[in-house]
Parts: sequence; C-alpha cells; structure tokens
Amino acid sequence: MKLSLIDTRGRSCPEPVLMTKKALQISPEGLEVLVDNMTARENVTRYAKNSGYNVEVKQDDNAYVLSITK
Amino acid sequence: MKGNKGIIFTGVVVGIISVLLVRFGNPGNMGFCIACFIRDIAGALGLHRADVVQYVRPEIIGLVIGAFLMAIAGKEFNVRGGSAPFSRFVLGFIVMVGALMFLGCPLRMILRLAGGDLNAIVGLVGFTVGISIGIVFLNKGFSLKRTYNLPTFEGYLFPSSIVALFVILLIVPSLLIFSEKGPGAAHAPVMIALAAGLIVGALAQKTRLCTVGGIRDLILFKDWHLISGFIAILVTALVGNMVLGQFKLGFAAQPIAHTDGLWNFLGMALAGFGSVLLGGCPLRQLILASEGNIDSVITVIGLTFGAAFAHNFKLASSGNGPTPNGQIAVIIGFAVVLAIAYFNIEKSIDVKMKEDVQIEA
Repeated sequence: MKLSLIDTRGRSCPEPVLMTKKALQISPEGLEVLVDNMTARENVTRYAKNSGYNVEVKQDDNAYVLSITK
Repeated sequence: MKGNKGIIFTGVVVGIISVLLVRFGNPGNMGFCIACFIRDIAGALGLHRADVVQYVRPEIIGLVIGAFLMAIAGKEFNVRGGSAPFSRFVLGFIVMVGALMFLGCPLRMILRLAGGDLNAIVGLVGFTVGISIGIVFLNKGFSLKRTYNLPTFEGYLFPSSIVALFVILLIVPSLLIFSEKGPGAAHAPVMIALAAGLIVGALAQKTRLCTVGGIRDLILFKDWHLISGFIAILVTALVGNMVLGQFKLGFAAQPIAHTDGLWNFLGMALAGFGSVLLGGCPLRQLILASEGNIDSVITVIGLTFGAAFAHNFKLASSGNGPTPNGQIAVIIGFAVVLAIAYFNIEKSIDVKMKEDVQIEA
C-alpha cells in the first residue's frame, strides 16, 4: 500500500499533530507520519484515533512510522 | 475518557501534594509554583537581591531528578536541541516577567484558584486569551524549526548541575542566601519537599502533564486528554484545601497575590502566549530539560534570568500590586513575543506531501 508521507522528525509538539491535521485535509484517505519521539507518537496517534482513523506503528531505527488509515 | 487515567491520577497526586506542602510550611497556595521557585533559587544564588524571595527550593531539585530517572527508566532520555535557542531564552525570560506580574506560574494559578483566590479566575481568562493568540500563529504555520541530536553527555549536564546545587544546599549552605522573612522563609522541610518534587517530576514526565498544553489541545484539537490533568489538580486541591481549612474565598487579602484585575489578566495572557510558542508551560519546560531537551534547558535559564532581572529592576508585583516598571515590561514583552510569533511563520507550505513514497520499515 502506498500512502503519502510527512516527516515530523525533530519537531516538538504540537507541530507533528498540526502537520498531521493539515496533511489529512489534503489526503483524507490516509497518511504515513514519521515521528522520532514518544510524545509525538502518542499525540499523533491520539489525534488520528479521535478523528476516526486506525493507527499502526512500526519502529524504524530511531523513528516510528505511524500508518494512519480509514 | 479511555487512556486518561494516568494523567488524571497525576493531577490528583499533584493536587494532594500541593495542599500538603502548604500544610508543611510552604507559602499560601504555593505548594508548587515553578516560576516562584526558580525565582527563589535565583535569589539564593545571589542573582537578585530581593531578600524576601531567596531559597533553594528542593521541589525543583526533586522535579528534575524524578523526571530524569523516569526518562532513563522509560528509555525516553533523548538529547536534542538547536530549535531557535535564543528565541526560546527570550520567550522564557518574558514568560517569567508575565508570571511575576500575576505572581505565579500557570500551575500556581490553578492552586490559587483551588484556594479560593478569585484573582486567579481573571488570570485564567487572560491565560486562555494568551494561548488563543498563540494558536492563531500555530495555525498560520509558526515554528521554531526542528531539533537535532546532540551528544548524550550534553543531556547529563543539566540534571548534574541540579544535583550539585542540592549537594551545596546540604553540605555548604553558607554559600547560599536564605530569606529570613517573607515567602522565601516559608518552606516545607527539605526532605519532604524533595520527595514531593521527585514524585511529581516522575509522574509529569510519564504523562506529559502541561497546563498550557491542556487548554491548547482543547481549543486546537478538541482533545480533553491533557486538560483532564489540569482539572484533576484543581478539583483535588480544592477539596484538600477545604478539608484542611486552607480555603478562603474572595479577591482581597489572598496569600502572595494582588487584586489588580487588568494586570493579572495581562500578566497571565503574556505567560500563556509565550508558553504556547515554547510548546509548554514552565513545569513542562523543566521536565523536558531533565529528559535531554537542551532547548528547554535554555528556556529554564531564560526563566531564571528573567526572574533575576524582574527583581533587580522592580518588574515583579507584590501583594501591593504591580509596579510601573513591570507594566512597561509586560507591554514590551507582548511586542517581542508578537515579533517572534510573526517572524517564525513558515511561508512555504509546511506539509510536504510525497506521493508514492514507500517507507522501508
């Protein structure tokens, strides 16, 4: 499956969540979000779930890939 | 409210401990106050000479060590920095000027409210307005840009400095300056204050408790998660104060507070606006600083510098009300924060969509 990707690494909250929110407006079917800290991972996941998406987390070295899908 | 148990539990613990610290000797409605405590430490180090607010608050030492140990235990100690450090220093400075206009950080604002101090309602309205102004800029693309990884050793220096301060407090306190009267002379026993800080620091690290984040996320994302901690502190401390007879409803004659509504409003609006740009309240900055965020270390130094400056140049309010110097400083503070907010809006679209990119996981 190919999803659009945003890279939020190095950004501190709430920026990763805001970027996810904006990206989901452009790409409402789903998204992959690259995050590099637990706070951002939790916050983006909570936002996506509250917005009615499913979230899958994959660990990738020092980052996490959050797959946000309907 | 699924998933909110941890943060509500933390709020309850913070509420109980705050009420008990006052019982054990801290100034009224000042179980915890990050701004006041950093100011007191600045005084103890001789960075300012306001002789009523000088003391090394063990709560701060405990918060840092508790958060540091919890971050290590949870494998969340991650050393990073480089996101507009001097802007953060300046914002920290200005947040402190706003907090000392009101006489308390956002955490003490909640505790003042829980003690029946109605001036804190005015502060809360100002705080919310300040956060809302910050959110306008966040939505326009405000960013202090990304952080970068730094050497791990860099991250140990801040907690180590705090431990060194504690060692000095225990072994050579004669190096430090201690108030003989006033709020600086009112404090809980050292080990109780340290334990209180350790518990709250560890819990706040784990749950990301943040007073600014609570109101921000509610407005921005309709997310009740963080604010549920805020509400838990308020309710618990309110009940605790009533049980212990520490509750006194009214505007006048509240402990370490003044009744000038306009400047209570503006002080907290400035603190809220600055904190939202920093990404968290003074408590949160202290916790982040302890888990390796060097930008937050710089922010804490900005808070400390702001506190020293505020007392050396008579910007801080007292029970008698605000000072003319403080009023001028708050207005200048708004101008500077607005400039930082405006000039850090990312002009280019900040969401870079890459179609058909496959992530190798």
